[in-house]
Amino acid sequence: MAATLTTWIEIALIAVGAFFLTVGTIGLLRFPNVYNRMHATSKPTTLGTATIFLAGFVHFGPGTGLPALVGIAFLFLTVPTGAHMIARSAKRMGIPFESNVTWPELPGTPEDDEE
Amino acid sequence: MATEAPAPVLELAVQGALLLIAGLCVLCAYRVVAGPTIPDRVVGLDAIATNVVAIAVLFAVLTGRPLFVTVSLVLAIIGFIATVTVAKFVVEGDIIE
Repeated sequence: MAATLTTWIEIALIAVGAFFLTVGTIGLLRFPNVYNRMHATSKPTTLGTATIFLAGFVHFGPGTGLPALVGIAFLFLTVPTGAHMIARSAKRMGIPFESNVTWPELPGTPEDDEE
Repeated sequence: MATEAPAPVLELAVQGALLLIAGLCVLCAYRVVAGPTIPDRVVGLDAIATNVVAIAVLFAVLTGRPLFVTVSLVLAIIGFIATVTVAKFVVEGDIIE
């Protein structure tokens, strides 16, 4: 009965991951701005893919499934970095924000202050 | 346990998730084609890359081969490098001089 319990845990993890990926794609299609879309894809996509990685770890066991945990750590490190790079280059290209949103102007940073 | 065929319920669930995520890739391709600015297209390509990582993990579960988890790891690395490179390229022009 342990294999059956493992199977149901895997199915639940895959369902949660597919749900988060669907939410991220709906946000990518429906949000009005580059920054909103980047916010919508980065966090739910990270959660959904990490959950599917966790399903793979449960399926293959702790020996052969160890690259799945490495993949989770890699996603949690790199997806926010990529989203930050996209947002910064979009700001430098001069893409406007929504109505009353402002970029945080720190006093010690001479760059990024030309419009 | 690692190399035998999965249970029929699990096989059905994995196949359904594969179909759903393939459809999500098509929907992200709409944002890549019709996005009004270039960072929109970069965001869409990033979402497609992460969906393909999830597809590789699901394929590893479906076929029972742990090698495809490593394949998904390599795909994640390539997607991150592509995102950072394109985000630098649209601002600065030349990357490799």
